[in-house]
Amino acid sequence: MSAVMITRKVRKWEKLPGKNTFCCDGRVMMARQKGVFYLTLFLIVGTCSLFFAFECPYLAVHLSPTVPVFAIVLFFFVIAMLLRTSFSDPGVLPRALPEEATFIEMEIEAANGNVPAGQRPPPRIRNVQINNQIVKLKYCYTCKIFRPPRASHCSICDNCVDRFDHHCPWVGNCVGKRNYRYFYMFTLSLSLLTIYIFTFDIVHVVMRSVDNGFLNTLKETPGTVLEVLVCFFTLWSVVGLTGFHTYLISLNQTTNEDIKGSWSGKNRVQNPYSHKNCFKNCFEVLCGPTYPSVLDRRGVMQEGSPVSAASAVPPSSSSNPVSQTTKTTAPLIPNEHTPDDAKPSIADSAEKNSSPREETPMAPPLASPEPDAEVAVAKDPVH
Amino acid sequence: MAETHSLHDLQQPTVSSKVFVQRDYGSGTISKFQTKFPSELESRIDKQQFEETIQTLNNLYAEAEKLGGKSYLEGCLACLTAYTIFLCMETHYEKVLKKIARYIKDQNEKIYAPRGLLLTDPIERGLRVVEITIFEERSIGSGR
Repeated sequence: MSAVMITRKVRKWEKLPGKNTFCCDGRVMMARQKGVFYLTLFLIVGTCSLFFAFECPYLAVHLSPTVPVFAIVLFFFVIAMLLRTSFSDPGVLPRALPEEATFIEMEIEAANGNVPAGQRPPPRIRNVQINNQIVKLKYCYTCKIFRPPRASHCSICDNCVDRFDHHCPWVGNCVGKRNYRYFYMFTLSLSLLTIYIFTFDIVHVVMRSVDNGFLNTLKETPGTVLEVLVCFFTLWSVVGLTGFHTYLISLNQTTNEDIKGSWSGKNRVQNPYSHKNCFKNCFEVLCGPTYPSVLDRRGVMQEGSPVSAASAVPPSSSSNPVSQTTKTTAPLIPNEHTPDDAKPSIADSAEKNSSPREETPMAPPLASPEPDAEVAVAKDPVH
Repeated sequence: MAETHSLHDLQQPTVSSKVFVQRDYGSGTISKFQTKFPSELESRIDKQQFEETIQTLNNLYAEAEKLGGKSYLEGCLACLTAYTIFLCMETHYEKVLKKIARYIKDQNEKIYAPRGLLLTDPIERGLRVVEITIFEERSIGSGR
């Protein structure tokens, strides 16, 4: 985390509430746990380096120089796809701003009518008809929205992700609407690369064994044994995964829907998103329009955004994102899950005990007493 | 403190309420908004005018998300270059988004602002809602 100067512009990624990490001033977005991602990167780069070091020189001379060239192209494609998958926004849906949350809350209350005290309110579900199928939209208590169809909340990243597929620790990111195609191209190209390296490892050993004998070959190129082992075990899982995703794509399904059996035909529910034509489905998923990120991570936090309530914030406390709080909204949002407006005060109070003003992006010191007071005022009517 | 408050209140028109036009999922996950006219706007704007705005927005989003030769070509081309082409090329979707931003600005200036309303570009709300802010006349005290 960077130490923050007060004069610096505050970008929107710094305020995103999900459990993500950001690099390069918000250009790169990943999950917090990245250990397995580094392992993936290490395995790919390591195996390929061994291949380029031990087999390629021999194969280039004795077989054909195109062997290493093609391997290099494939290797760069795999790495590009991996990084693209890991570093993109998977299609995170931003949480509702206080006003929108209040609006939805009021709509729910209007729909439910009066629930007698002590009785459980009905589940927050909205039914919509999609291509003549009834689809349930569930309310997300964290994001305060009705999740759009196919979206799901990722518990690891704590975000609702559009067309959520799964959270992939290997790429260190969720796989969703915006990076699914990269993910698929990654698994596909990685399968090809693994098969390629595995094949030419065998070819290499056979060619050398003819001249030197099998045991001498193994002694001369110890890397080959390691590569063959890594490739052998990777091969099955990666090729299997590619096959599985090819099947899903041809049906226009997500892994999430497949696991939950959403369209398994039990209740005669069929996938309303499928075009009933596997080629069209493939084209849509892999070559359809490129959706933009709706997070606007690099956008600068606005000072006097139209959302801000005019009252309670003195003009001096500019660049204070907390100004989006309104007195009208606070009472309706239960204080579980700390709505955006309550966060700065928590961060602030936590800070006073610990390190002095290191992660102050939450609120510039000048304005920090204000949100405290404001939130306290706003919460009063609840009790 | 109290002085700055009242001063500030007088300077800006008070936000009285907001209306959120929700997504219409009838034809799948494409971005489309409900054209149902919210009753809160009745005193401010014509039903027809409102529907026209939303319909135009829907058409623009449909244009952005249209499946067809052009989008497939873009997708395939991008894939062949390992998606590096997007570093120097704008996607079709982004072009349409700019068009939408222009359209919303234009509508705000011509129709909505004079009636004390403000449309917010749906992209700023995660393409989830069209937010319409209803401003009250410059009066003392907030609406609610």
